[in-house]
Amino acid sequence: MGVALEVHNVTKIYGSGESAVVAVNNVSFSVAEGEFVALVGPSGSGKTTLLAMLAGLLYPTSGSIYIGGHDLGKMDDAQRTAFRRQRIGFTFQANNLMPYLTARENVELMMRLNGGCKSECSRMAVELLIRLGLGQRLNNLPRQLSGGEQQRVAIARALIHNPAVVLADEPTASLDTERAYQVVEIFADMIHGHRRAGIMVTHDLRMCIYVDRVIQMQDGRIARILSNRDEIDAFASAKRQRGEEAVTLAEATSVPRMTSDGRFPQ
Amino acid sequence: MGAYLAFKETWRNRGRFLLVSLLVALLTALVLFIAGLTEGLGRGNIEYLSNLDADLIAYQADAQLLIAASRLARGTLQDIERVPGVKIAGPIEFSRVSIILPGTTPQGQPRKPLDVSLIQVEPGRPGEPPVRFGRQLQNRRGKEAIIDSLVARRAGLTVGDEFTIRSLQGTREEFYTLRVVGITTSQQYSIQPSIIVPLLTGDQIKPKPAVEDRPSGDISANIIAIKLDMPADPNEARAFRELMKRRLESQVKKIQVVDIRTAYENTPGYSAQQGTLDTQRYFALVIGVLVLGGFFQIQALQKVAQIGVLKAIGTPNRTIVAASLVQITSVTALGVFIGGVVTLGLAVALPVGVPIAFSPQTTLIALASLLLIGPLGGLLSIRYSVGVEPLTALGLSQ
Repeated sequence: MGVALEVHNVTKIYGSGESAVVAVNNVSFSVAEGEFVALVGPSGSGKTTLLAMLAGLLYPTSGSIYIGGHDLGKMDDAQRTAFRRQRIGFTFQANNLMPYLTARENVELMMRLNGGCKSECSRMAVELLIRLGLGQRLNNLPRQLSGGEQQRVAIARALIHNPAVVLADEPTASLDTERAYQVVEIFADMIHGHRRAGIMVTHDLRMCIYVDRVIQMQDGRIARILSNRDEIDAFASAKRQRGEEAVTLAEATSVPRMTSDGRFPQ
Repeated sequence: MGAYLAFKETWRNRGRFLLVSLLVALLTALVLFIAGLTEGLGRGNIEYLSNLDADLIAYQADAQLLIAASRLARGTLQDIERVPGVKIAGPIEFSRVSIILPGTTPQGQPRKPLDVSLIQVEPGRPGEPPVRFGRQLQNRRGKEAIIDSLVARRAGLTVGDEFTIRSLQGTREEFYTLRVVGITTSQQYSIQPSIIVPLLTGDQIKPKPAVEDRPSGDISANIIAIKLDMPADPNEARAFRELMKRRLESQVKKIQVVDIRTAYENTPGYSAQQGTLDTQRYFALVIGVLVLGGFFQIQALQKVAQIGVLKAIGTPNRTIVAASLVQITSVTALGVFIGGVVTLGLAVALPVGVPIAFSPQTTLIALASLLLIGPLGGLLSIRYSVGVEPLTALGLSQ
């Protein structure tokens, strides 16, 4: 498997002087083609900032990021915009889709941005949506789709132009448990099937059962990396067995849980 | 790509955008009507003067270019015609009379007299407008008149008809009968349609004060229209006109000579009226810019997240700008089209006499400025959209 994404000693500092905040601190890792990685951590741990740097939306203060062998640090804004359009797939937490485009048009959008969409592109979009179970929803506007369906359209949009890397920011945040599992499972299948590198930022550790590796962040650093299947499954399923609606790393590590009588333990 | 996004968004939100277009349509109607009124009232005031077949107009020197205050004696006409370079000159005298309209209203009441401008000219000299139907004036003392087509329409007169004029002579009302020998067009003066009569005939008809303010028998005129032996070359003609102004003023006593444009711009109330109406028109345009600017700005604010996502997935700023411009321009153009059609329809249905007129030039200028209000108003929203950070898609900001 080739390496799709490499992160070397990346640091991001917001502000300067006494008000400087180190959001990401000397992070290094790589993701191979066909590998699906979860980036987990409590709020403020730096995972979204890291994702933004991987997408070329933020410049690292130091360090370098390579996608498909291209150094993002050597690109100007226009080159980064073009690079995102051509080599990166993106899904977001919310407001993913253009509300005035149908499901099919939203998927075709990436192809149009990359130079046009003729009958072949339209056929590819339809096929992808059908594979994602949206064959009956091709001509529906986003407001006519459920949250899970919208995320599946966003996944199709992120994959249609054969990007080197697919980035997903909290794709299950607005979904119920059943839909969340469904969406991430589909996402994982697509990443593996299309042999793309996928990175998903998530709070919901149960979703880690579908990933190949978990990178756990804490205070801007990588706290640990789980790459053993059993370790990952144990990490995710331990939370599932507790029957919680959504289990976060924060809850699991530091925040006390409310007891059945509605009080926090002393 | 920008046009594609603009079209999709506009079409899928057509109700909202149609409302904006209707707003533009109302503004268009307002601006066009004000422009029409400006043109109509302007024409009503100065049409006769602006269509005068003359190169220069002479006023009494100290009359400050006020026609009513200007008095030029018969001898002045002869002096002017003696100046080398003058081809022919014609005295013109203005007053107001009423035409008695025959018949009754549907309610059985006598019809209201039609107020007209009485313009006295020398037959065959500058000041007599060309007729569209019938013939020119022939007799210096004839009981004949050329009437403006508006008089013909409102009074129901045609060539060969006789009509009666009511005129106040001192303290008495006198009635005079004239025959229509010709019909002319576009000869309003002082917001009245006009009738043109021989100078000597008109001197009998025109209203007179109880005490005459000039020696009896001295036929005078308010102004004298002067036609020059103009060179064919336009540049030479302009220079020659200027030269003749100076020459006439130096060789003929107590006159002030101006070109036609200066003459009608100094018609009482004309400049002030045009200025007021133009101000209204500009205000309507500014209101349009602000209203559309507000709408598109609010829309841009509502779309921050969408624009952030578009940029995050690699949409270049030029596509965002193109989409906004196409959308704003098409919504504005639709509104201007609807407003233009509605205004045209209403203008056709307006009764005769309403002082609204549309000239191709003023209408095109109004439409062009209306087409600009959308993009102008939308500039702020476009600037705002360009400034949206793609990081907003991730809930981050720089």
